[in-house]
Amino acid sequence: MTDLESFRTEVRDWLAANCPAEMRTPITRDADICWGGRQAKYTCEAQKLWLDRMGAKGWTVPEWPAEYGGGGLSKDEARVLASEMRRIKARSPLSSFGIWMLGPALLKYGNEAQKKEHLPRIARGEIRWCQGYSEPGAGSDLASLRTSAMLEGDHYVVNGQKVWTSYADKADWIFCLVRTDPAAAKHLGISFLLFDMASPGVSTSPIKLISGASPFCQTFFDNVKVPAENLMGVAGKGWDIAKYLLTHEREMIGGSDSTGGGGRDSLSQVAKRQIGMDAAILADTGLRTDIVRHEMNAWAFALTMERVKDEAKAGQGVGALSSMLKYYGTELNKDRMQLLMSIGGSDALAWEGPGEGEGDVARAWLRSRANSIEGGTSEINLNIIAKRVLELPGA
Amino acid sequence: MALVLTDDQKMIRESADGFFKTEAPVAQHRRLRDAADATGFDRSTWAKMAEMGFAGVLVPEAHGGAGFGHVAAGLIMEAMGRNLSAAPMLSTGILATTGLVVGGTADQQAKYLPLIAEGKRLFALAADEAARHTPALVEATATPSGNGFKLNGTKGFVLDGHVADTLIVAARTAGDSRDSDGITLFLVDAKAEGVATERRSMIDSRNAARITLADVQVDGADVLGPVGGGFAILEKMLDAGRACLAAEMLGVSVESFERTVDYLKQRDQFGVKIGTFQALQHRAAHLFCEVELARSATLRALTALDEADERSAMFASLAKAKSGEVAKLATNEAVQMHGGIGMTDDFDIGFYMKRARAAQETFGDIAFHGDRMARLMGY
Repeated sequence: MTDLESFRTEVRDWLAANCPAEMRTPITRDADICWGGRQAKYTCEAQKLWLDRMGAKGWTVPEWPAEYGGGGLSKDEARVLASEMRRIKARSPLSSFGIWMLGPALLKYGNEAQKKEHLPRIARGEIRWCQGYSEPGAGSDLASLRTSAMLEGDHYVVNGQKVWTSYADKADWIFCLVRTDPAAAKHLGISFLLFDMASPGVSTSPIKLISGASPFCQTFFDNVKVPAENLMGVAGKGWDIAKYLLTHEREMIGGSDSTGGGGRDSLSQVAKRQIGMDAAILADTGLRTDIVRHEMNAWAFALTMERVKDEAKAGQGVGALSSMLKYYGTELNKDRMQLLMSIGGSDALAWEGPGEGEGDVARAWLRSRANSIEGGTSEINLNIIAKRVLELPGA
Repeated sequence: MALVLTDDQKMIRESADGFFKTEAPVAQHRRLRDAADATGFDRSTWAKMAEMGFAGVLVPEAHGGAGFGHVAAGLIMEAMGRNLSAAPMLSTGILATTGLVVGGTADQQAKYLPLIAEGKRLFALAADEAARHTPALVEATATPSGNGFKLNGTKGFVLDGHVADTLIVAARTAGDSRDSDGITLFLVDAKAEGVATERRSMIDSRNAARITLADVQVDGADVLGPVGGGFAILEKMLDAGRACLAAEMLGVSVESFERTVDYLKQRDQFGVKIGTFQALQHRAAHLFCEVELARSATLRALTALDEADERSAMFASLAKAKSGEVAKLATNEAVQMHGGIGMTDDFDIGFYMKRARAAQETFGDIAFHGDRMARLMGY
């Protein structure tokens, strides 16, 4: 038996013994997603148990080094773990901006003390992070941000306002872009600060969206004192970290699989269920054409993600990859949500009603419209491809 | 199998890229076109392709071929797409080889496969009867006669039919016009009595014949595969052809795209390079993504064939449809972004548009493969 095969056996046995039965059922509502944190509300004991067990093992972040609370697995071992989890339909134990966004940046830019302090808490789901990037006057032109952090002795004093801060009202800590040098050119005066959302002077206010939900907040800083050692990387070099982190964010937003893998039904599965078949053909032939065109793109996109990962593993790289995945993946997801609305017909227009899950499709569709705005708009990502990959002039 | 090229495959790509760039570049295509060449390709190029192992890329080593497999065949086709190289690669190297490997008897394989690898015998698939690709629509008949069959019917869009030594003919031995059961494949000598071949020069300056069969006597030993069970073999031939056409169209897309991006960096208007205009930048960036998707779908279809994956038909349809759609977009955008010069015959970009159009249509377009893929996925 190869090492990888014996590892697979080991994983399989461990999962069989440690993944609670409740955590092997599909995620059907937002509350089923576990975000951890100091204010975590668990739907059941099994959810907490599953997080604690996976966290203790480091398998919430399989490839992070063990010394920082990770699983210390190789890429191949991490794949084995993922495939074994898929096999038993295990839920992801933890969803976390700490894992998807801050973690990779901390590993690259953080100092030893910062890594030791934050990474294990992220891995165990103890601290929930939010991202302080956009401001009312700094959206696509993010580098024009104005939230200031002035060094006064051993601490910074932070003043300003962030917007579109996802789940700021539920987060424990924030990673925040601030301007530490107002005299420097706009990309050069920016720094990357980490601080506790419980600090005096921090307040949040949820923003109600067209979907009716409030996943985003406005976040205000009024003379917030932040210890100077909470600066990550070098003062004035925060923009490099910001861009690095954005590549991870873009891959996260763009990289969902809609071919029927990853626990999500494919469009055709939904359509067959809701519309029905006429002989061997979907009963709505016009919509069938639209659905299959979408599924082709979904397949080609999923294969591209697979190829890109394989190429990265083989040391080959596609430039500005995250921009491509973000742009195409989010446009594809919006198309999927629009088609789900079409498949549902007038039923999908329901906003509230006596039935279970009424309004879910409509709200999810409306939520999806933000996919191509958040984390860099489609247009910004096309700019990046034009500049970095195609090297077009003046882009 | 991972979706990356092995070192061997990278070497094949390198040698194919170099070969077609020097031996069969776009300039050769233009020369053949201008001369209204009756063969439509350069026979000495085909002989060199045989020497390189390209002609026999799918022929097993036991029969004198290179046996490199479908991913390698796709890399060769991609290089041909980039250079618009015309050669009997698809008809002989891919379709006929697949038919013989999948459905041929030991005698048939021993007789024909080494000749294919040596570049000494050309084949053509005479299957389509309708202008819109419908492989089960076979009205040509094969009726028992002597120790074999007598063939009657008409075939259209027979690629390389005008130069083929041997035709692979789909004819009906049982069933109704659109039944997949009851179709039988035959190896027919192109010079046999009763075979009439009419050459047509197509939009891409390649040739496709219209072939009429009038009481053509075929020996029982020249049936390819089981009597009445030819459709399954035909589908395998077509899927190999579709995946390889997807690869050729990928080459067409990549070359058109690169030429267009170069042009955006050279052409001045309003005192600046037109590549500074965001309206063009965004379209070019979108096209970049689409080409990457076509590449992934194509590579998956080819690996599926090499692995005899049960979903190889679905992936062939996916690749043919997606790569065709992208080739259409890439060549349309190429002509539009080149502006007036892109419309001129002196400039090569129009050749790419013409080849993309013909390749898209060959063995099913996006509408055909969308429908097929939906059926294969159960809706």
